[in-house]
Amino acid sequence: MSLTGTAVALLQVVLTIAAAPFLVGVMRLIRARLEGRVGPPIVQPWRDLRKLLGKDRMVSDNTGWVFSIAPLVLLASATLVAGIVPFLSTKSALDQVGDLFAVVYLLLLGTVFLSLAGLDAGTAFGGMGSSRAMTITAIAEPTVLVAIFALSVSTGSSNLGSIVAATLAHPATAASPESLLAFAALAVVTIAETGRIPVDNPNTHLELTMIHEAMVLEYSGPDLALIELAAHLRLVVFLGLLSNLFVPWGIATTAQPLQLLGAAVAVAVKIVVLAAVIAIVEVSMAKVRLFRVPELLAASFVLAFLAVTASFFLA
Amino acid sequence: MSKTAFVQLLDLAAGLVLVISFAALWLRRLATVARMIAVQGLALAAVAAVIGIYEHESELVGVAVLVGILRAGVLPGLIRRAVRAGDELREVESIINVPASLLAASALTLVSYATTRDVVALSPAPQVRAIPLGIAVVLIGMLMIVTRRKAVLQMMAVLMIDNGIALVMFLGTSGVPLAIELGIASDVLLAVFILQVLTNRIRTKFGGTDLDQLRALRD
Repeated sequence: MSLTGTAVALLQVVLTIAAAPFLVGVMRLIRARLEGRVGPPIVQPWRDLRKLLGKDRMVSDNTGWVFSIAPLVLLASATLVAGIVPFLSTKSALDQVGDLFAVVYLLLLGTVFLSLAGLDAGTAFGGMGSSRAMTITAIAEPTVLVAIFALSVSTGSSNLGSIVAATLAHPATAASPESLLAFAALAVVTIAETGRIPVDNPNTHLELTMIHEAMVLEYSGPDLALIELAAHLRLVVFLGLLSNLFVPWGIATTAQPLQLLGAAVAVAVKIVVLAAVIAIVEVSMAKVRLFRVPELLAASFVLAFLAVTASFFLA
Repeated sequence: MSKTAFVQLLDLAAGLVLVISFAALWLRRLATVARMIAVQGLALAAVAAVIGIYEHESELVGVAVLVGILRAGVLPGLIRRAVRAGDELREVESIINVPASLLAASALTLVSYATTRDVVALSPAPQVRAIPLGIAVVLIGMLMIVTRRKAVLQMMAVLMIDNGIALVMFLGTSGVPLAIELGIASDVLLAVFILQVLTNRIRTKFGGTDLDQLRALRD
């Protein structure tokens, strides 16, 4: 593990944590403008987090240890993934340990703990939210694995850094059927996992439809701030994964400061463009019925499956 | 056209034909499924055009134009009329639910890859490697015939099977004579005409085209 690699990983973590709430602010602003509202300023998510951190911690007497550590596990797993995923450079220090399976299961660890915490308080809404989240995760998680697996077949490695480097070396593979199918599958899963419309509505408190909000209903103060920050971070991680796996141009292949700066700008532009697309889709679409969500995710699983078969048999 | 660009475009167009048959299983409105069949016809025409341009066969490009007009224009137009004529519910009714039919279709895709291994091994050409996609489209069309209740949807499934057969034909033979393609086209057109008339007769006689209700004999 080299010194520069460690520096790159740390830089990635610091930058993503600092930028994640801003990204959510940008998405809210785009949505507001499209709906004809003025909208909150971009720094509003950071202000909300600061406000929540300054409040007292309120914990129900009926909760156990899972409820207390869930926000920490969620944030820690998201932070670790932010260090692993090749955002800035393919030469991250955590690159050797962090392959596709590690990333997917670290993200799953956070989801599982949040669902357990939703059950822990014993309220009806928390349980409903957890059961819905697990229904979605049960189909979404294998889709992520299979979709990235389709990319790793042609590379011969499940290491995310190697996949990105291979796409950089052979630009034509970015437009092959398997990577287009895998991109479509991962895009649907990203929307499901980050709780955006048409799967979940991040702004709702309507008990019949909410998933993420139902699980975190019992949290308040600093705990809620950690969960919100982790949710913002997961959004950035998923969008960054999506953009750098399929459109890796701009990423640094060394650890020189100037290249890293260019890579940071490039990945920021890519993520903001993707976020803007998601915001526009959210404004123009209605949430699908909860019973239709498995159909949507089954379709994305089939796309990922077709991607894998195509990369095995066609290439 | 360079070799890599040809392989890429051919795989894209042939892959699109397969993905659209999955979309036809996934969608719920009859009119949208009909539109998918039209797009599938366009993708099929694109396959023929790509092969024709790469191998400098102007006749195959002409066939591609013909296929495009017939399978993306005329036949889907007939289907649309059949959909519009029915005043019953315009949603897909299926014996198995959507995720199950998608998974069944994925299994059929694997079956087609597995069964055509010997055929693919015959030649290293990229066209031959894409033949399993066409077989998969045929199998998915058969799945659609078996699991969907409405006669209109089964008409669309027949078209899908025919699209699959045509895809295998273009990939396997690298261009058929125009006369044969014309013969096939008129055959399909006639079949769809007959099916449409039959569907209309069923509808006027029994008030709906749900074929599951037509099992018992009456006098």
